[in-house]
Amino acid sequence: MTAIRTAPRPEDWVRLTPQGLYVEPADIHIDPLRGVPRAVITHGHADHARAGHGAVLATAETLAIMDARYGTAHTSVRQPVAYGEVVDINGVRLYLLPAGHILGSAQVVLEWRGQRIVVSGDYKRRRDPTCSPFVVQPCDVFVTEATFGLPVFRHPPDQAEIGRLLHSVRLFPERCHVVGVYALGKCQRVIALLREAGYDQAIYLHGALTSLCDLYRRLGIALGELHPVAGISKEALRGAIVLAPPSAVADRWSRRLPDPVVAVASGWMRIKQRAKQQGVELPLVISDHADWDELTRTIDEVAASEIWVTHGQEEALVHYASRRGIRARALALVGYEDVDPE
Amino acid sequence: MSAAFELAAARETEAGSMDRFARLLDDLLFSPSRLTKLRLMKEYFAEAPDPDRGYALAALTGGLDFRFAKPATIRQLVESRIDAALFAWSYDYVGDLAETAALIWPGTAVANAPAPRLSAIVAALDGATRADVARLLAMWFDQLEPTGRWALIKLITGGLRVGVSARLAKTALAEMGGIDVAEVEELWHGLTPPYTDLFAWLEGRGPKPTVDHAGIFRPIMLAHALDEAELATMAPGDFRAEWKWDGIRVQLVARHGRRRIYSRTGDEISGSFPDVVQALDFDAVLDGELLVRRGDDVAPFNDLQQRLNRKLVNDKMLEAYPAFVRLYDILFEGEEDLRMLPFDERRARLESFYARHIAGTNLAARFDVSPMIPFSDWDMLREIRAGADVRASEGVMLKRADSPYVAGRPKGLWFKWKRVAATIDAVLMYAQRGHGKRSSFYSDFTFGCWREAPDGGRELVPVGKAYFGFTDAELAQLDRWVRAHTTERFGPVRAVEPRLVCELAFDGVQRSTRHKSGLALRFPRIHRIRWDKPAKEADRIETLAAMIPD
Ligand SMILES: [Zn+2]
Ligand SMILES: [Zn+2]
Repeated sequence: MTAIRTAPRPEDWVRLTPQGLYVEPADIHIDPLRGVPRAVITHGHADHARAGHGAVLATAETLAIMDARYGTAHTSVRQPVAYGEVVDINGVRLYLLPAGHILGSAQVVLEWRGQRIVVSGDYKRRRDPTCSPFVVQPCDVFVTEATFGLPVFRHPPDQAEIGRLLHSVRLFPERCHVVGVYALGKCQRVIALLREAGYDQAIYLHGALTSLCDLYRRLGIALGELHPVAGISKEALRGAIVLAPPSAVADRWSRRLPDPVVAVASGWMRIKQRAKQQGVELPLVISDHADWDELTRTIDEVAASEIWVTHGQEEALVHYASRRGIRARALALVGYEDVDPE
Repeated sequence: MSAAFELAAARETEAGSMDRFARLLDDLLFSPSRLTKLRLMKEYFAEAPDPDRGYALAALTGGLDFRFAKPATIRQLVESRIDAALFAWSYDYVGDLAETAALIWPGTAVANAPAPRLSAIVAALDGATRADVARLLAMWFDQLEPTGRWALIKLITGGLRVGVSARLAKTALAEMGGIDVAEVEELWHGLTPPYTDLFAWLEGRGPKPTVDHAGIFRPIMLAHALDEAELATMAPGDFRAEWKWDGIRVQLVARHGRRRIYSRTGDEISGSFPDVVQALDFDAVLDGELLVRRGDDVAPFNDLQQRLNRKLVNDKMLEAYPAFVRLYDILFEGEEDLRMLPFDERRARLESFYARHIAGTNLAARFDVSPMIPFSDWDMLREIRAGADVRASEGVMLKRADSPYVAGRPKGLWFKWKRVAATIDAVLMYAQRGHGKRSSFYSDFTFGCWREAPDGGRELVPVGKAYFGFTDAELAQLDRWVRAHTTERFGPVRAVEPRLVCELAFDGVQRSTRHKSGLALRFPRIHRIRWDKPAKEADRIETLAAMIPD
């Protein structure tokens, strides 16, 4: 008989503190909700990446995004790591793997005393031309999001949604199509998908979207011809596609556009009521988060014996995992936006 | 990426498939403007093949009365495939059964199982038993995309609301064929789904469809409710006045030996009124009010109720409740179409027709001509109206002397000036068992009016409860109706299909924070049961809100 190694209980070394998920032997927080001495950041969305940490470990892309958003003074020590590059922090082996959510997004893999915990951050499983695809890493504990953790959320293929947008552009050539997109990730992905679908016209941008598009291009993502919408005549925008933050599309801002068809690209657009309430004429179900099938498939593939659900619609996912004999619990993390940047 | 996703992406949506029709419905649901809706429909009709587009047209114009499944059928079907707890959370989150079921149904449409065509669905459902329906639905759900499933569920549960009127769909057809929508309306009641000959004509591939004009219903002309403030802008000399009789509006069609009585919606009701049918011994199309006679007077509406909804009428009924028609207008005399003549000329033609064919014959027991009310100014007419027999008339009609007979509810031509403002047409929503001697009947009724739903369609909101105003015989009828149309039960209360309209009389409207509608009727009672009135024509909540005193 081999010696019995007493594996730690996961909650003995990774636990919740008021600042967020804390890895005690490494003395680091992952995506902390407020300033901490040492933070590991999964990706650049504002509810995960906050300013004011003493030191930040993240992918180079995530650090560049944080610098672009907060200015370089948001931290004093940046530690960029490549996907798969192992860092040892006081006996904890830590490395990042692609999460497929947005450019630079990462899962945090933690290994300590023979146990492996993977904190996925936000993720999706489908292909995205603007970022590296999710890597399945089998583990003992998988910490997952559940933004779309109900079986009604099953995103259609994004090419089909882009097809609907282009179909509408053809059907209403005298109108302008304004698409509400989150500034980081969704915006660039929609542009890249349009380019893949063969749309080679100039795409017009609301002022709030230009700097992150520039950053993506500097980081090597091709987006084709983009122009700020400011200063373009109403006539010239007939038949054009304009991207704007979701808050601007149903707002006074879009009145400057010629008879706009209001579209929004978001996983929430799956629910008709929700789309109707926002005054959306063309709901495009394009999401940067895993849908129900992707969440459950990932739980199956990582083969963890325990699942922790960070934020979103936790109860259904916990129920699903429990029914499969997996220990599951909701961390009930507060502070991540109820409606995640989508 | 899973294989299912790639296959689904690769699959082209066939123009005749249920998925393509569902996409049209989905697009229509989200389109705020009339012009957009027209363009979407025209695109669909141009793209989709026969006979699928014809069934789509029938669905849009309310001519496909599917109602093959109750919401409970859908729920059972879904729960046979999905964990009940997951379904409950999802339903709770989405709030709409059709949408929840459509989204949650497991499995993604796959390329090797092509989506069913709309026409195939219609054909399969025709004559299907309840058991067949559940099996068919499961099969189609597997083949359709979520939007296709959603539209199918809405269709078969009778809940299709995408903000398109039958008129708008016909307008799209007219634009497609470069003709006036009146031409489509004219043919409409003589055509049946899938309208292949109509499309052939609109596309210039076939002749104008010949319909059997002899017996068809002609769309009727309706009035707007008068806003009394408008009287100031209306010259009394431009209008004619007559009573608005308290019966049911009918169209009498007697051509080439065919005899038919149609309700205002074009439903044939000849079977309930053989006494009137027998007297249609002439060649004309007439517009009038069906009433029951009691001695020399018009009987209360109640008496007419006894005759409605009876498939078989016995001699005793015919004798106790003799029906007759009070004529308002003439649309055709022989082959001659009179509808484009001004009202004054049609009226002269009606009187002359009556004198030549009816007066002095034994037909006169079944028809008379609604008298005109002479008046010189609005105040005089207001007085006449106030003094009218409460039981027989609802008020007066004002018709422009030069108005042609136009289908639908054209603006500015006809007005109804109702005598009592304090009645409203509301839809029965819930029924509760009564107390005491009525405890075996559902006798406490909750009624609702329409308002815009958050999804842009419309929904009923309760406006009040009525416990009386009906006879014992009517109570028994209502009780039967409630039992036959129950959708859900909660203890002593039953929710019913939103189909039965009642005219409620009441003493006033008040604001109320207790009611979801924000208002409450004072002392509501059932004035009469409108078995004949489609629920969609019941009043809107705004009508009541306007009656709240400042
Ligand atoms: Zn995110
Ligand atoms: Zn998030």
